[in-house]
Amino acid sequence: MKKIVVTVVGADRVGIIAGVTRGLADHEINVLTVSQTIVDGIFNMVLMCDMEGSKNTLAEIQQTMGGIGEALGVEVRVQLADVFYAMHRI
Amino acid sequence: MLDIEDILATERMFDQNKLDVRTITMGISLLSCVSDDEAVLCRRIYDTICRKAEHLTEVSREISAEYGVPIVNRRISVTPIALVAGGCGAKDYVKIAETLQRAADTLGIDIMGGFSALVDRGMTASDEKLLDSIPEALSVTKSICSSVAVGSTKAGINMDAVRRVGEIVKELAERTKDRDADGCTKFVAFCNAVEDNPFMAGAFHGVTNGDCAIHVGVSGPGVVKRALEEVKGAPFEVVAKTVKNTAFMITRLGQMVAQAATERLHVPFGIIDLSLAPTAAVGDSVAAVLEEMGLESCGGPGTTAALALLNDAVKKGGLMASSSVGGLSGAFIPVSEDLGMIEAVQRGSLTLEKLEAMTCVCSVGLDMIAVPGDTSAATISAILADEAAIGMINNKTTAVRLIPAPGKKPGDMVTFGGLMGYAPVIEVSRFRADDFIARGGRIPAPLRSLTN
Repeated sequence: MKKIVVTVVGADRVGIIAGVTRGLADHEINVLTVSQTIVDGIFNMVLMCDMEGSKNTLAEIQQTMGGIGEALGVEVRVQLADVFYAMHRI
Repeated sequence: MLDIEDILATERMFDQNKLDVRTITMGISLLSCVSDDEAVLCRRIYDTICRKAEHLTEVSREISAEYGVPIVNRRISVTPIALVAGGCGAKDYVKIAETLQRAADTLGIDIMGGFSALVDRGMTASDEKLLDSIPEALSVTKSICSSVAVGSTKAGINMDAVRRVGEIVKELAERTKDRDADGCTKFVAFCNAVEDNPFMAGAFHGVTNGDCAIHVGVSGPGVVKRALEEVKGAPFEVVAKTVKNTAFMITRLGQMVAQAATERLHVPFGIIDLSLAPTAAVGDSVAAVLEEMGLESCGGPGTTAALALLNDAVKKGGLMASSSVGGLSGAFIPVSEDLGMIEAVQRGSLTLEKLEAMTCVCSVGLDMIAVPGDTSAATISAILADEAAIGMINNKTTAVRLIPAPGKKPGDMVTFGGLMGYAPVIEVSRFRADDFIARGGRIPAPLRSLTN
């Protein structure tokens, strides 16, 4: 399993979850967990995913997802999950 | 599984609190480059550095992109050039500095350190040549840093070298006077210099290291300040615990980046340097951390105690997070690279004397301090002697990096740009130490050097 974290932050609107998960599905990225909240009108979503089955490189995924985020008016960040495990788990 | 809160908190640390990995520094031994021909020596130095660090920039960018961790600088430290160049017969070492610059340009490296000499006990002919070459070498190159170790707890203080350093700093300032004496920002003199430091200007690859090693220096004063904002008014045990927890997280980040870099570059892991390295950007200040503890302005009464707590808690928290800790590891207090320090000097709360006291309990010394242009070489040497004495007696690293910008008076500003920042010129005591510095010789090693 190659775990990545997808973070989505921005003004709330219709279709953010649909757009982001569609992009992930197109890259054959499996979503493991989803957490989503809205704080003061700001949409916050974190998806823990597995990119093991994807044929694309992380750089390619970052580029496409970044573009999807731009179209939706939100910031989409894709990164390896290791950094969060290192900092928050002993 | 991770909490959304943890993930968003981490993103906040990167975005708002300026958390970053300050540097991946590759240490490279140049001992195998030795030759009695200057041209051959230079070719070997260039080839060795370019071969070993061929992928450093690219790998650092990859790691930064894939993990989402900002990595600010890529640096190289090399064997002290005075040790490598001794046999080459050149009249000075400026060509070698230019060779290092050429290698840095080829590789896209930000800074390279190691144009250095270790003269704690005395100077070889090669050490003297290196020292004589420093002003020209640093004024004709842009990314090469130089350091001189003038003393240690084991050896005492080489006062001949201390005197020479004062002259070098003045000459360097004069040669780079049209750029606010920025040559001086690339030169530092040490007591108890360390051989695995990833931070500049003092990084060099000590001879006790192997051929090559990856060292990582983390940053993160902004994250510590943010964490302390949550415990306003709480007793110091809580402050210490909060700093430790934060330092642990920051260091784990550094350790992870170091591991990724060593695997991808096929180079052994050296150390993580736990230092809290500030920048002149808003929200990235060590002074602000001290003020968050309850001080009106950095440099006022209580500052030394606050810094002692911070420095100690950073080490305690970081130690457990890394398999190998080294370098300088503590809190840095460079004036021009820390907005809170800059403002404290302007406010009049932070003086040179208070900074000297602070260096007794922080990780390094009098760093990036602009002093009046008419400060004499002997006065700079005497300030260095004081700082070296603190290091020698307390068995710690101390250093001096002063910038006597020509024509500048107390209160004027000097600007270096980038990570080096900007600084108000600070007042220096008008009482002279010329006769003290003129003595030369060596201050003997202290009693505590006899530990065997």
